[in-house]
Amino acid sequence: MTTTTDRSRDGTPDRAPFDPARIRPDFPIFAREFHGKPLIYLDSANTSQKPDQVLAAMDDYYRRHNANVHRAVYALAEEATFALEESRAKVARFVGASDRATVFTKNVTEGINLVAYAWGLRNLHEGDEILVTEMEHHANLVPWQMAAQLTGARVRAIPVTDAFVLDLDAYDRLLSERTKLVAVSAMSNVLGTINPVPLIAERAHAVGALVLADAAQAVPHLGVTFDGLGADFMGFTGHKLLGPMGIGVLVARPELLDSMEPFQTGGEMIRQVTLESATWNDIPWRFESGTPNVGGAVGLAAAVDYLGAIGMDRVRAHEAAVTAYALERLVELDGLRLLGPGDVEQQGGVVSFTLGDVHPHDVAQVLDAEGIAVRAGDHCAMPLHTRFGLSASTRVSFSVYSTNDEVDALVTALDKTQRLFA
Amino acid sequence: MALEELYQEIILDHYRKPRHPGRLAQADVEVRHYNPVCGDQLTVGVKLDGDKITDIAVEGVGCSISQAAASVMTEQVIGHTVPEALEASEAFRRLMHGESEGEPDEEVLGDGVAFAGVAKYPVRIKCALLGWMALKDAAARALAGQDGGETVYDEDEGS
Repeated sequence: MTTTTDRSRDGTPDRAPFDPARIRPDFPIFAREFHGKPLIYLDSANTSQKPDQVLAAMDDYYRRHNANVHRAVYALAEEATFALEESRAKVARFVGASDRATVFTKNVTEGINLVAYAWGLRNLHEGDEILVTEMEHHANLVPWQMAAQLTGARVRAIPVTDAFVLDLDAYDRLLSERTKLVAVSAMSNVLGTINPVPLIAERAHAVGALVLADAAQAVPHLGVTFDGLGADFMGFTGHKLLGPMGIGVLVARPELLDSMEPFQTGGEMIRQVTLESATWNDIPWRFESGTPNVGGAVGLAAAVDYLGAIGMDRVRAHEAAVTAYALERLVELDGLRLLGPGDVEQQGGVVSFTLGDVHPHDVAQVLDAEGIAVRAGDHCAMPLHTRFGLSASTRVSFSVYSTNDEVDALVTALDKTQRLFA
Repeated sequence: MALEELYQEIILDHYRKPRHPGRLAQADVEVRHYNPVCGDQLTVGVKLDGDKITDIAVEGVGCSISQAAASVMTEQVIGHTVPEALEASEAFRRLMHGESEGEPDEEVLGDGVAFAGVAKYPVRIKCALLGWMALKDAAARALAGQDGGETVYDEDEGS
């Protein structure tokens, strides 16, 4: 099942320059055509495509190792439990977190809700403040609004400058002893902006606030680590990381997680239950109620193996190269307005823009006719679009399998779009 | 399916030059409809004399399909009664959902027949229907003697 991939035979990361052409054959979906054109998938920030290795791992789990976990004595159940816990260990290692504070969730949204419900509702009080940013995805904004409403706390937003980065002076002015949590994206899913989370965390900790980093884009594209970011909670998700949908990860500082009451209750997360009450399991299982998504965890572990074999530094370097090429070519288009820092030192592989007066929906439609998949709309970041006077934008995003040829096709199609709507 | 079937010249023409743009000075009812999926918005104002639509205007921001369809809508309903406008709305809805039998009726739909291609792009159907939904809303409120309001397009209604 394993095809020739960009890795040395003993599995150690290959130091030769990365060539996406060597890994593209691993991704079965690229054999598809749309409207008679090969698929040019530029929407990886939305969800990533999956290599054979991930699909095979999940298939193998269900064909040969499937049973429910943690409870049964028989050998097959031991294998399933091992599959889950080994996946957890691999994922934890991939992001530099401890196994016992690596919780499997459904996705990042659920992970953030977990913190909002299990930590927020019990620790936020009237007058407390939660700092978010103007560039947050709704997943790292709406749960805090909910928590504030239920506790009497207040949500305040760190503004984004006209240069598409966080206004750190404003952050300093917003921080106070009332701040209890700072919720920040490690990399914007619209602007691509890489936020200085370690600095933000240091300042937050100085006033006694916790930090939750939304690393949904940052883990797959920048290879950030939990210990590197310095946050107290970090969420990311499998489906943006070449893994399946339905499996996400919340990592936390172990002592913090251990001090928390559960989010969802029921089976698996308990120790003892009577008719009147229950005691809780240890972490991380205290936060994993019911039957876990073992197949998904196995798929995610295969995805981190796949990326780890390439080496996240090479993944990042490749995406930066394609992004730099895209930024260079896109500005050839008259009337194209880039939304984002426009420089790969400050921006990950996500590029959003407007194209003259052409509505993003229409841009995406014309691109679709050329087999090109991009996202049009507000990308689950309405406040950010409002900040820049927009209701929608077009977004392209790159991954380890993206190529410069795809960028060329994109620019040609954008030019065609402009001429159609001139 | 060729892009040209979706973006016919008539549609692009309505997009570039909407037939009744702007806001009515003395609307009986004004409604604002918004499609949160893509950010299309339309403010539709109507003036009635009895049940006859004597004036209509649409101010909007959004994709070519939503804006052009709204422009066509204004052309098809102005000077007509509300029941006639609702008939046109229903005919257009059927066209969008591929439910029309035989050739679309140009008498009733006017330039709306050019939108037949939209039926093949399910995501764009809501765009095309936004203006008609707003009209139905405005007409209903006008007949009920209300002033108007803001509506977010509800995916479960009227599709």
